[in-house]
Amino acid sequence: MTTPLVTATGLSKHFEVGGGGFFGLRKAATLKAVDEVSFTINAGETLGLVGESGCGKSTLGRLLLRLIEPTSGTITFDGNDITRIGRMEMRGYRRSMQIIFQDPYGALNPRMSVEDIIAEPLVIHGERPGAETRRKVTEMLGKVGLPARALDRFPHEFSGGQRQRIGIARALVLHPRLIVCDEAVSALDVSVQAQIVNLLQDLQREMGLTYLFIAHDLSVVRHISDRVAVMYLGKVVEVADKKTIYAAPLHPYTQALIAAVPAQHPAQRSRGRRQRIAGDIPSALNPPSGCRFHTRCPHVMPVCRERAPELREAAAGHQVACHLTDT
Amino acid sequence: MNLLEVRGLTTAFMTGRGEVNAIEEVSFSLKEGEILGIVGESGSGKSVTALTVMGLLPQPPARVAAGEVVFNGQNLTRMSDRDMQRIRGPGISMIFQEPMTSLNPVFSIGDQIMETIAAHERLSQADLRKRAIDMLDKVGIPSASKRLDDYPHQMSGGQRQRVMIAMALACNPKLLIADEPTTALDVTIQAQILDLLMDLRDEFGMAIMIITHNMGVIAETADRVLVMYAGRVIEEAPVAQVFDRPLHPYTRGLLECVPSLTEDKPRLVAIPGTLPEPARRPPGCRFAPRCSHALPACSEAIPGLELLEPAHAVACFRAKELAPA
Ligand SMILES: Nc1ncnc2c1ncn2[C@@H]1O[C@H](COP(=O)(O)OP(=O)(O)OP(=O)(O)O)[C@@H](O)[C@H]1O
Ligand SMILES: Nc1ncnc2c1ncn2[C@@H]1O[C@H](COP(=O)(O)OP(=O)(O)OP(=O)(O)O)[C@@H](O)[C@H]1O
Ligand code: SF4
Ligand code: SF4
Ligand SMILES: [Mg+2]
Ligand SMILES: [Mg+2]
Repeated sequence: MTTPLVTATGLSKHFEVGGGGFFGLRKAATLKAVDEVSFTINAGETLGLVGESGCGKSTLGRLLLRLIEPTSGTITFDGNDITRIGRMEMRGYRRSMQIIFQDPYGALNPRMSVEDIIAEPLVIHGERPGAETRRKVTEMLGKVGLPARALDRFPHEFSGGQRQRIGIARALVLHPRLIVCDEAVSALDVSVQAQIVNLLQDLQREMGLTYLFIAHDLSVVRHISDRVAVMYLGKVVEVADKKTIYAAPLHPYTQALIAAVPAQHPAQRSRGRRQRIAGDIPSALNPPSGCRFHTRCPHVMPVCRERAPELREAAAGHQVACHLTDT
Repeated sequence: MNLLEVRGLTTAFMTGRGEVNAIEEVSFSLKEGEILGIVGESGSGKSVTALTVMGLLPQPPARVAAGEVVFNGQNLTRMSDRDMQRIRGPGISMIFQEPMTSLNPVFSIGDQIMETIAAHERLSQADLRKRAIDMLDKVGIPSASKRLDDYPHQMSGGQRQRVMIAMALACNPKLLIADEPTTALDVTIQAQILDLLMDLRDEFGMAIMIITHNMGVIAETADRVLVMYAGRVIEEAPVAQVFDRPLHPYTRGLLECVPSLTEDKPRLVAIPGTLPEPARRPPGCRFAPRCSHALPACSEAIPGLELLEPAHAVACFRAKELAPA
């Protein structure tokens, strides 16, 4: 049985940008970073979220945790609408949702010891620093594979992979249920990346965690995810279980994205064999009309320029937003 | 004759803890029209190797402690700065790892390309402009004549990378060094840029040294591959050999820890530990602390790069006994 842990319905985030600029010439404009997005994450699963730079992945991750406020739409967590609840009530949910960032250097305060860094979420949630917090911190260190003597050391004394372990320990110390991993392994060397991916999977099994795993590396996403959602310019364009989406993607953008991943063996070189999409990603400030992918889509039809396709179920558990599959 | 010969190159840096070797005894060669891939993790010495070949490291703190670089029969290691200037551009040119640092934000891209050409050739303003438009066309910038007067910030990341390639190609170099040319780009744009580099090689017969940490980029482009670890070349082979028959335990590990795009693996095979910093490299084989095949003898001497099979060299004491049948 799958139970939804998080459900987003018609979720949008618009930023007002511009105004000022050189000589005050630029007009203020609305940037639709996330535009009417709906999806669910089931308890205990990993939902991968992919798409090119600026498509809105991080914004969506932050929206789910209410680190930023949505422009419209709703978010439910464990069946409760958390979109408009007040700060005090939100605090209770905050314990259950944490985020791990890409940059293990920037995310940790360089002047705090490892013990203080990992204990901070406990303290914020009302625990007094002492023997009990130390016990919890030491337990977390063990879980992420760091020795107890790391407690009184400082972030700069650790390698990138070790710092990411510290960041994970900090995110897990409150025993949350949902973790947003925002490019959590992207900055690491491949040999260390594999260690951290294994660690995240072990911890998921042990602690019953649910992940939203944001990354641009499609092979890592395939490995760790149960289902995968693909975004393009603020829209979710396809969602399916990982085998289906990699072996038989339906949306032309997903097809192009997968075809662009470099070969894993020289015998499978893609040049001249796989279709390329031309052109750059359009500006999010001035997205194309209708289907936002129509400026690059090899299958574009007249209707695509006029009407935006909606995300619909094309097969059981497989949703696509494209006029081709929309019959 | 080889276009480029690098022999026993060792580059040291003066640091707070004394002088440390960033790269050690690096040797390789490159033929005309060949694509050599250099792969390794962060800090393995890829950029230092490229910058030493280009003669672009500030000395001090850098010092070429040993070895030589021979390009087209000329020894670059002993060349004066002025002569070296003449080699850069028409001889060897480079695309740098950080695109924004090598494009000047206050000049239009057209001016920057024209200036590069003018440094090596005497051409009229009109001819310079025409050549710049040609170059932008060649690297696939649409309506090149209109974009010539644009500034770097008016272009997307992928377009800036194309402009950098146009600049590097403006003097028809015999060798192009591309240091992580696609790392900052999205995959659909990366695929376009890699296609472009290979088209240019086919069209002009230019040799390319492509530097990357991504085994996929190597699989897509390289003819021959150097694998670097902790400042040293630990394996060198034709690209198919590296993927089908890696002989160094580190190369094998590097290939195994990449997740598959088509198959399910329950768990990734990770390499324990991390790459050591130059000042903290272990004695003997640099990989020994992370190697599951290490013997006490591995920490006593540094294994040299030796031919184990035709065109396939490896630096590991146990490579022969560990090689698959
Ligand atoms: N605070 C903000 N103010 C204005 N625009 C913003 C803000 N935050 C994000 N954006 C814009 O919203 C869009 C989506 O950004 P977001 O960071 O979510 O993308 P992303 O998919 O995470 O990209 P990346 O892969 O580069 O991390 C981008 O166009 C970005 O410039
Ligand atoms: N100016 C410098 N002074 C001191 N050490 C340096 C300097 N430049 C590089 N190094 C050291 O030399 C080693 C090799 O660095 P290099 O930049 O060649 O690595 P790389 O393989 O290109 O890594 P990356 O994949 O991160 O670009 C590193 O350990 C680095 O710290
Ligand atoms: S809706 Fe039209 S333009 Fe958009 S992806 Fe489908 S076919 Fe292409
Ligand atoms: S020399 Fe020894 S430690 Fe080094 S790679 Fe070979 S077996 Fe491993
Ligand atoms: Mg992001
Ligand atoms: Mg580098």
